Amino acid sequence: MKILTKKNIYTLVLVLLIYFLVLLLSNVGIIDSYIQLNMVIVGINIILAVSLNLITGFTGQFSLGHAAFMAIGAYASGIMTAKLGQPFIVGVAVAALSASLAGLLIGIPTLRLRGDYLAIATLGFGEIIKIIGLNNDYVGGAIGLNDIPRYTNWTWLYFSVIATIFIISNFVKSYHGRACISIREDEIAAEAMGVNTTYYKILAFVIGAFFAGIAGALYANYFYFIKPDTFGFMKSIDILVIVVFGGMGSITGSIVGAVILSVISSFLQGFPELRMVIYAVILFLIMVYRPQGVMGDKEFKLFNKEGGLSGNVSSK
Amino acid sequence: MLEIKNLNVFYGGIHALKDISLKVNSGEIVTLIGSNGSGKTTTLRTISGLEKAKSGEILYENQNIVGIQASDIVKMGISHVPEGRRIFGTMSVLENLEIGAYARTDKENIKKDIKKVFELFPILYERRSQNAINLSGGEQQMLAIGRALLSRPKLLLLDEPSMGLAPMIVKEIFEIIKNINNSGTTIMLVEQNAKMALLNADRAYIIKNGRIELEGKANDLLNNELVKKAYLGG
Repeated sequence: MKILTKKNIYTLVLVLLIYFLVLLLSNVGIIDSYIQLNMVIVGINIILAVSLNLITGFTGQFSLGHAAFMAIGAYASGIMTAKLGQPFIVGVAVAALSASLAGLLIGIPTLRLRGDYLAIATLGFGEIIKIIGLNNDYVGGAIGLNDIPRYTNWTWLYFSVIATIFIISNFVKSYHGRACISIREDEIAAEAMGVNTTYYKILAFVIGAFFAGIAGALYANYFYFIKPDTFGFMKSIDILVIVVFGGMGSITGSIVGAVILSVISSFLQGFPELRMVIYAVILFLIMVYRPQGVMGDKEFKLFNKEGGLSGNVSSK
Repeated sequence: MLEIKNLNVFYGGIHALKDISLKVNSGEIVTLIGSNGSGKTTTLRTISGLEKAKSGEILYENQNIVGIQASDIVKMGISHVPEGRRIFGTMSVLENLEIGAYARTDKENIKKDIKKVFELFPILYERRSQNAINLSGGEQQMLAIGRALLSRPKLLLLDEPSMGLAPMIVKEIFEIIKNINNSGTTIMLVEQNAKMALLNADRAYIIKNGRIELEGKANDLLNNELVKKAYLGG
């Protein structure tokens, strides 16, 4: 395995190019604060969707508690930066670690459950986290946590998104990722082949929760203010919808899904009374005509192995 | 090689295996025959650690393996081809085989062993990059066996390899099982197709309602009046 292949160099160049281009456009004022707000929402949704895709799309564990990991990250970073005056990097690190610790704790008892039972258990977990937030006066209870410093900027957002995509897509392609996919395909056969299924299910939860925690930190430190209701059951459903819309088991699908659904949702803010109706109709049409999601389980490749532009959609 | 002593397995309140005892010697093909729900699959699943035994012993190379995790039993050299093939549908044939070698630590030999499996099943080589779901039933069974062989088992557990296959293909599969056995792998075979199983095995056990009813040389059982009447349709 060569790391410095043409393909990887081109990808790196493209990643940096987009970064500096957006930085430049924001500085000259072409990207205004409204577009910036939407970019933050899209970025956070990409992180949430890609990390949930690892749990649900690749490992096949149906989770309805992803917003709870985001909540833990948001509150952890909020407490670190607003209450304890720590720099953002400490906030993000504590957010990611505490969310993944929660993933471990929830994973050990619940991952013996399968399918619908696991979904209900994770749903319950999400409600517990919300209620803890509502009843804890230190973090403001139902009023929420205020005066969180705004540290989230383009640099933090962009590189968190890139790191999430990079780490999760490489994990999925690795030996360990193959084991996770085999669990989704057939848990009993995977076990019979010697795959330690419990270990990999928990590992998927821990990694997924880690990135959801980062997304929470980015959220808290952009919007100044968080309250428990933001991270309720509906938020988990929103993330799941992005994953299903984009295609379970496709990283590019999750990215495409997050971008399209976030853009549609912000565009529809002009018609508040019809917003949820139109949103629902779009989802309905996609599920009827393309039930496997926009990308299915395929990936979109910009560069081929030799580094030429390919633009191919492939399954590997 | 494998000796089961007074094994009892329960599914909730249902007593699935009642004091089962049986033995598999090194190099043999031993078959376990019985009708639906008699406990054949449960026996195999308990050996490979997918089911927990309530009491009794499973001695494999003189070590009791009851309670050891399925993933560790594979590493000890027991490989299980589950009932209904259970291949990984959206993975390619090659990826399925690679998962078969998952538990191994000698990574450098895996490629060689995959080549051997392709020699045993040339059709799998032709289809190596196709998704496994697109294979025919017989090809899927070959893939399931090939996948199990990649963990380099000393003991191969086969659960109804003839299930849902045309008679011609069943014959082919049994020939392959013989070949695998001749190259030194001990085989324990569970079957409903009693005739094919008895024709190809060295020894056989007949299980009914979770108890071993009869045991003996496969040839003797093939001519046993009781067996003929109950399992061979004559």
